[in-house]
Amino acid sequence: MIDQITVFLENNRGRLAALARTLGEADISMHALTVADTSEYGVVRIIADTPVRACEVLNAKGFRASITKVFAVEVVDHSGGLAALLDALDAAGLNVEYAYCFAIEGGKAVDVLRIDTRDEAAAVIVDAGFRVMNPSELYA
Amino acid sequence: MTGTAERTHWEERYFQAEIETMRREELEALQLERLKATAQRCYQDIPFYRQAFDDAGVRPADLQSLDDLRRLPFTTKQDMRDAYPFELFAIPVNDGRVQRLHASSGTTGNATVVGYTQNDIDVWGDTFARAIAQVGGDEHSILQVSYGYGLFTGGLGAHEGGIRMNSTILPMSSGNTKRQVQMMHDFGVDILACTPSYALLIADTAIEMGYHPATEFKITGAICGAEPCSEGMRREIEEKLGVVLVDIYGLSEVMGPGVSCECQHQDGLHVAEDHFIIEILDPDTLEPVPDGEWGEVVFTTLSKECSPLIRYRTRDISRILPGVCRCGRTLRRMDRVTGRTDDMLIIRGVNVFPNQFQEVLASFPEVTSYYQIILTSDGPLDHVILKVETVPEFDFDEIRRIEDLQRRINAELKSNLQVSVEVKVVEPKSIERSEGKAKRVFDLRGDVR
Repeated sequence: MIDQITVFLENNRGRLAALARTLGEADISMHALTVADTSEYGVVRIIADTPVRACEVLNAKGFRASITKVFAVEVVDHSGGLAALLDALDAAGLNVEYAYCFAIEGGKAVDVLRIDTRDEAAAVIVDAGFRVMNPSELYA
Repeated sequence: MTGTAERTHWEERYFQAEIETMRREELEALQLERLKATAQRCYQDIPFYRQAFDDAGVRPADLQSLDDLRRLPFTTKQDMRDAYPFELFAIPVNDGRVQRLHASSGTTGNATVVGYTQNDIDVWGDTFARAIAQVGGDEHSILQVSYGYGLFTGGLGAHEGGIRMNSTILPMSSGNTKRQVQMMHDFGVDILACTPSYALLIADTAIEMGYHPATEFKITGAICGAEPCSEGMRREIEEKLGVVLVDIYGLSEVMGPGVSCECQHQDGLHVAEDHFIIEILDPDTLEPVPDGEWGEVVFTTLSKECSPLIRYRTRDISRILPGVCRCGRTLRRMDRVTGRTDDMLIIRGVNVFPNQFQEVLASFPEVTSYYQIILTSDGPLDHVILKVETVPEFDFDEIRRIEDLQRRINAELKSNLQVSVEVKVVEPKSIERSEGKAKRVFDLRGDVR
């Protein structure tokens, strides 16, 4: 499991920029960022270096940030890679709350998944032939 | 954790036991005697009352029993505004006996001005000193007064209570919250007097500063008034600070905080009936309602020298709690004020008091005690937005949890208040923290109503 930073943001002008600036000023490098938005607010999910410190920095600046444990799964970066993984989880009856992908060096893709039945999910992912990545492979 | 069930009660303390536990017949005889004197003085010294008595066809001498009070005319807030500044004073302002003036904010018209003689100030101090005893304090206690000092009666009223009790007073006024916390801790403050929203801000600030005030601070009591405090908010302050919080009531027109106050049993506010007669009236018919039924609170002052009031319509909504309190006081109890007749919001034709929102929110552990109600017009219809903040433990990583919370709060409000609201979850601390009375309602519906 890796640490993802989740930030609750109101839909106000400049909030996302302020967030990015805050992390930048603290010298924290981001590797992935997604925004799930509704009409009123957004939930920003970030993979970054030193996530615990990043969280503290954001909260000190008045953001509402917390750490969420998610799976990072290595997938070969070609068509059908993700489908195979999701099929396996689906076949096991596991519910994926959300998922997103980003690419890393070496032509690989990382799938980030939030699944609350963690132990079971870990077994299914490994049985399906995928590798769950460690924090040190993704961030400092 | 302190909860009602497991709370241990201390041996009751009284500041003026002979009055607070007086037999009802004696108390009522005292009230009648003082009522007659007050009516006489009003008639004699205040032209407004002479006219009002004459118009009502009643003379002070007609007062033969307490029931005759009903024959006397009412005084309204508007009467007090019209009397600006000193026309309702029984003593001329430059007479040498008027020691102090207080005034309401006057945001909706002329300020209402009230004068106090030394005796008026002493009576006021006595009633607040009763509250200090009711929360377990005495002359050995350190009292931190974090109500604003000034024309507002909170700060100086609590201050006078400390003087009469001979407590050690820490006159902080409001503001500079970190310093409030630091001194509360360093000085070993026993009792805090301020608005409930400020008590909560002080508690939260102490926790943010790394303290655990419930166990690390000496404080045991809080006397909070000047704005509504839901039961949930009371428990939150009590648990965070490690105190027993009593609700104190008063209004500047009548005196200031101390007109009534809860005892440690927190089951209604004992009215200082030796200085005030309370009536609960149907606001439409102005006829008395039976004990236990809600209505408008009306006060007649019995001891005030400078600014006596006959049947002042407070527009606050409360009721008399029937029965006798366990504390031994014979002074009757009024319930906590649920709202004001003029704070009442009419939303899509439904009557709602802002603190009803607070009561509903208190049942949701996912949200903090800070909230805002924003009323706008959506064409011909009223639209209500309720802003809430989630507590730090709330897992907002899944949007459906936020949506589910919004849905549940909405459903609960709908079933309790018959009002549909748009619940907005906002960022932490984006709802203004207040050092005085918190502004909770923003009515942007325009001035058509």
